[in-house]
Amino acid sequence: MKIIVAIKQVPERDARIRIDSSGRWIALDDIEFRMNESDAYALEEALLLKEAHGGEVIVLSAGPERVGQTIREALAKGADRGIHIASDSLASLDALGVARLMAAAIADEHPDLILTGLQSDDLGLGQTGVILAELLGIPHSSLILKIEKIESGLRLLRELEDGWFQHITLPTPALLTIQSGNTKLRYATLMGIKKAKTKELRTVDAASLGTGSQPSLLLDSVALPSRQKTTQMLPGSPAEAAAALVAKLQQEVRVL
Amino acid sequence: MSTVLVFLEAKSGSPSRISLEALAAGAALATATGAQLAAAMVGPAAALDSLGTLAAAISIEHPLLDRYTADGYTAACAQLVARLQPDFVLFPHTYQVRDFAPRLATRLGRVLISDVTAFSLAGSTVTFTRQLFQGKLNGHYHSAAPAPCLVSIQAGAFHAAEPAPTSVPVESFAPTLESSAIRTQPGEPFRAASQTVDLSSAPLIVSVGRGIKDEANITLVQELAQALGAELAASRPICDAGWLPMERQVGSSGQTVAPKLYLAVGISGAIQHLVGMKGSQCVVAINKDENAPIFEIADYGIVGDLFEVVPALTAAIRKAKG
Ligand SMILES: Cc1cc2nc3c(=O)[nH]c(=O)nc-3n(C[C@H](O)[C@H](O)[C@H](O)COP(=O)(O)OP(=O)(O)OC[C@H]3O[C@@H](n4cnc5c(N)ncnc54)[C@H](O)[C@@H]3O)c2cc1C
Ligand SMILES: Nc1ncnc2c1ncn2[C@@H]1O[C@H](COP(=O)(O)O)[C@@H](O)[C@H]1O
Repeated sequence: MKIIVAIKQVPERDARIRIDSSGRWIALDDIEFRMNESDAYALEEALLLKEAHGGEVIVLSAGPERVGQTIREALAKGADRGIHIASDSLASLDALGVARLMAAAIADEHPDLILTGLQSDDLGLGQTGVILAELLGIPHSSLILKIEKIESGLRLLRELEDGWFQHITLPTPALLTIQSGNTKLRYATLMGIKKAKTKELRTVDAASLGTGSQPSLLLDSVALPSRQKTTQMLPGSPAEAAAALVAKLQQEVRVL
Repeated sequence: MSTVLVFLEAKSGSPSRISLEALAAGAALATATGAQLAAAMVGPAAALDSLGTLAAAISIEHPLLDRYTADGYTAACAQLVARLQPDFVLFPHTYQVRDFAPRLATRLGRVLISDVTAFSLAGSTVTFTRQLFQGKLNGHYHSAAPAPCLVSIQAGAFHAAEPAPTSVPVESFAPTLESSAIRTQPGEPFRAASQTVDLSSAPLIVSVGRGIKDEANITLVQELAQALGAELAASRPICDAGWLPMERQVGSSGQTVAPKLYLAVGISGAIQHLVGMKGSQCVVAINKDENAPIFEIADYGIVGDLFEVVPALTAAIRKAKG
């Protein structure tokens, strides 16, 4: 099976959120980046399928130069090659614009399967994969936990709300968006890290892909959310805060 | 006159609660922009009989829509949008909508504004608010494309109206669908292993998140729960990692709880967690990040390192209980 995995580089989970001077995004200068969480699970599923059935795993990522580091990490875990769509101005695109870049960059690849994460931890759109499927004219399914290869295509375990699940079958080529948490993620081995340095990483300039069009959705500004409730903060040392909370639980909440 | 069209999702035959919240958002948007409100749902006409004042109520009927598929719903909705020519199309932000609405938007040459929590109007421009960084930041968006503008509404962001008789007769709409165009085959929904803990009736809950860092540290919150006489619950990553059983997970893919006290330890407060515990009478949060979204809905907060605060709290509770 030839599998493409779309991987996005996002700010570290505990990154400090400071709004930048433009008021339209956060300051990125002192921030560490990592692989988007659900994309790491998508990569894991791809590597498991390759181990079971053979084939090739290609990682695809759009973003500035630093994205190369995340692609190398995927190569170190076992992906075979990488495609980097180089762009310093992805933020000016909407999800359709990004999906168009991805569709153009893989136009000659003809994969059996494309995996993306369920949603990115920064923008949280939950859309790019589904849009890509429509652009490519292939079927998709989202919120996938498990993939099994069968004669007619794939049999999937899909998460539904409130602890429900369902199985879905679909033919390939197809696109799946992967939900986090169903498997244990592997670590890159020292050998893998060494090997990754020699693997093919092709860089394509976003501007050369000729998908340029005006975005239909614009992010005007960002702001820290306001509190819905007035939270009473209990200050002091851990012991003081704990004592203050116990008093509240006794006198106001009346659960002690 | 322009139209705001709201797609409702059926749950056991009637519009789900979050669909009615999306309808309320649609009503507010229609009022603000001087539009008329229309509602549509896949299912029988009778299910649309208590939606209040509408310009049109449409039941979408086709045997190929009996079971949800992205291909079937995308085609049917695209045809209805082509017929009604709405300015806005609203959806509840459910798993089903996440699955097909981006596809529908792409087919219409648009981009869905997903998981919206609020909107405001300035001049003729509608600005939509949605969360970034799992609720740590809000983003304000506007559509620069011609109508229709597609929007999905987050659970709990708007208040559903009381049911009232639908003001117009329900029309039925039969899309043209080919079975060959439906490529996925969905199976029947099923539940995982039977639940042995019922958190929904627990009066006191201590809930632990990824801030606990390591499986070995779970004993810290276990001791706190024991001292308090509370049930132990968790955010999803804790159950995914197998540190606590799945049945203790609170949130959109776990249990919904409404205790007298919900004590959240090292939980950031992502929307998928909040929907499962927002109904708690009192929320207490312990988190080292003063900007963690959990504090937006907490009654009491302690900003600090849980590895110091939790043992201190356990000791203080033991002392208070004598
Ligand atoms: C479709 C879908 C369904 C989902 N369903 C669910 C669901 O049902 N339930 C659910 O919970 N999630 C669900 N999620 C995941 C959800 O989006 C969040 O990723 C998850 O809730 C985060 O869990 P957390 O708060 O424990 O971890 P994190 O977001 O990583 O937060 C950890 C928190 O701990 C704090 N912390 C770290 N160290 C310390 C310390 N030493 N002392 C004090 N505080 C500390 C940090 O400041 C941070 O706020 C779902 C996601 C999707 C996309
Ligand atoms: N710039 C990008 N490069 C590679 N993959 C991406 C990019 N943006 C989004 N994706 C993929 O699309 C998924 C959904 O992202 P989003 O629609 O932003 O929530 C992510 O989990 C990635 O797999």
